[in-house]
Amino acid sequence: MKKRGGLRIGAGRPKGQGKYQEPTKPLRVPLSLIGKISDFINNKGYCLPLYNCAVQAGFPSPADDYIAQDIDLNKYLIKHPTATFLVRVIGNSMIKAGINQDDVLIVDRSLEVRNGNIVIVAINGELTVKRFIKNANGLFLMPENDQYQPIAIKEFNENTIWGVVTNVIHKV
Amino acid sequence: MNNSPIFALIDCNNFYASCERVFQPNLANKPIVVLSNNDGCIIARSNEAKALGIEMGAPFFKFRQLIEKNQVAVFSSNYTFYGDMSNRVMKSLQMMVSDMEIYSIDEAFFRLDTMAINCHQEFCSDIRFKINKWLGIPTSIGIASTKTLAKIANHLAKKNLYNLAKNSVVDFRDKKLQEQILPQIALKDIWGIGKGMSQSLHKIGITNALQLRDACEMQIDKLLGVVGKRIVYELRGVSCLEIEDIAPRKNILSSKSFGKNVFDKTELQEALANYVVRACEKMRRQKTKTQALMIYIRTSPFVSTPQYQAGLTHNFAIATNNVQEIIACALQLLDKIYKQGYAYKKAGVMLLDLIDEQKMQYDLFINNHNPRQQKKEIIQQTIEKINQNNGRNTVFYAIQGVKRSWAMQCNQRSCQYTTNVKELAKVI
Repeated sequence: MKKRGGLRIGAGRPKGQGKYQEPTKPLRVPLSLIGKISDFINNKGYCLPLYNCAVQAGFPSPADDYIAQDIDLNKYLIKHPTATFLVRVIGNSMIKAGINQDDVLIVDRSLEVRNGNIVIVAINGELTVKRFIKNANGLFLMPENDQYQPIAIKEFNENTIWGVVTNVIHKV
Repeated sequence: MNNSPIFALIDCNNFYASCERVFQPNLANKPIVVLSNNDGCIIARSNEAKALGIEMGAPFFKFRQLIEKNQVAVFSSNYTFYGDMSNRVMKSLQMMVSDMEIYSIDEAFFRLDTMAINCHQEFCSDIRFKINKWLGIPTSIGIASTKTLAKIANHLAKKNLYNLAKNSVVDFRDKKLQEQILPQIALKDIWGIGKGMSQSLHKIGITNALQLRDACEMQIDKLLGVVGKRIVYELRGVSCLEIEDIAPRKNILSSKSFGKNVFDKTELQEALANYVVRACEKMRRQKTKTQALMIYIRTSPFVSTPQYQAGLTHNFAIATNNVQEIIACALQLLDKIYKQGYAYKKAGVMLLDLIDEQKMQYDLFINNHNPRQQKKEIIQQTIEKINQNNGRNTVFYAIQGVKRSWAMQCNQRSCQYTTNVKELAKVI
């Protein structure tokens, strides 16, 4: 311990209680950039453009204009995350539509069913995947395998269709 | 524009049972019950199970015969699945309304007056339709000028009492309608009135919601305090309770019955360490620290073997959120209360008086900036990161045990359809 004066360890307010909830540090900033830098801080850095090479040195990389974010498969495959479920396929009734045993289907329950969609339907207490067909003879669930028979839908209401299949995840 | 608030309460019907039905359509219109942790009590019932006379909260064994005779589908609780479905319901709702408060796993309040809506009834019907289509969960909605009345309206909607519900939505803002209905509402069905309050009110001759609404507020204030007075105002249509953000919890409890009788101290140590880890997870997620730890152990009160129960509390000099430190403390407390020879059936830990981790009070006499403390925090954060990326319990404290033979039974849990790729629903 020092006798008098100087730094007292642990004195003052604990670090990180201010606006940013973490310790801060003073920094010299050119006046003309204050606005941009405070925007940067307030947006937690998300809004600044991203460059991958020094801008002034020599010939600019021709790729700079084409830089993009990483591909987010979730975003690409799932439009309505809260209403989207994954299910696993058993059997081969949809094999001609490229849906095989053990494939994973992405099912969006928020979509309105259209003629020709591949859908999940609850039939006889089981979830089944088939193609939804509407024609002059009525509503049908069509398998995509000649060994299976079409199923006629007798009663159609808002709960008939469990969900619309948007993608198949198939391991090759 | 008029400024008086309009509240709606949306509540999922028989939520756990409804969740199970989404992926098991064969259970439509069949009776379902869901059991508590360790398969002890009945904690949820479908309408069909209610109709059979199966009671809420009753021990499973009491209704076992009835359940088997009527082929009731029985599930162990699958909180991972219910939690994910709840999350989806709430997120979907958030897309449709502006001011909302998640009140419980299956209920949320929202404001209708802050949105430009022509017909409240229609708007709510549309919400119901979407939640049902997107998630397969049926809901009921009550609309009123206060949260307490909205809760009553929801109760009316869910059971379609007095045929008031249109499409499971009840708009309860009409004063004349309130005059008619409130006399039929028992005190216990009013939000915020528990057994104790209800008994005190009965003593002064108040037995229904209308009588309470028209009671002298001074008298109620004297009898029940400000909480009771607030209920009186809310019943009169004067809004006292606002839509709230969720306040961080002040205490966190983690306790479970064991799957078998436990005699051994090491097994109790393992269990307590696991409960501490669970509780700390919750505490750290809400960015708080605990000021005291309480542990308890007990034998089963339902058997005739010798009975013992004990609990003990330790106050921390400085509030802490460090798992190592709290586990160590729990083990010390156990040393003090453990007695050999008893068949322990349950243990629990409780973190008490949680405070914001940023606003903690330091101790005058202790070095508050201990580098060892900082090291422990870094270890903790590393463990959390590993477990976040690789699944719970990838890394754990040795004292938590490997076999965990004391762990709960959940023999009839359905699949984690929405959170585990290995347990997806099957389609043919």
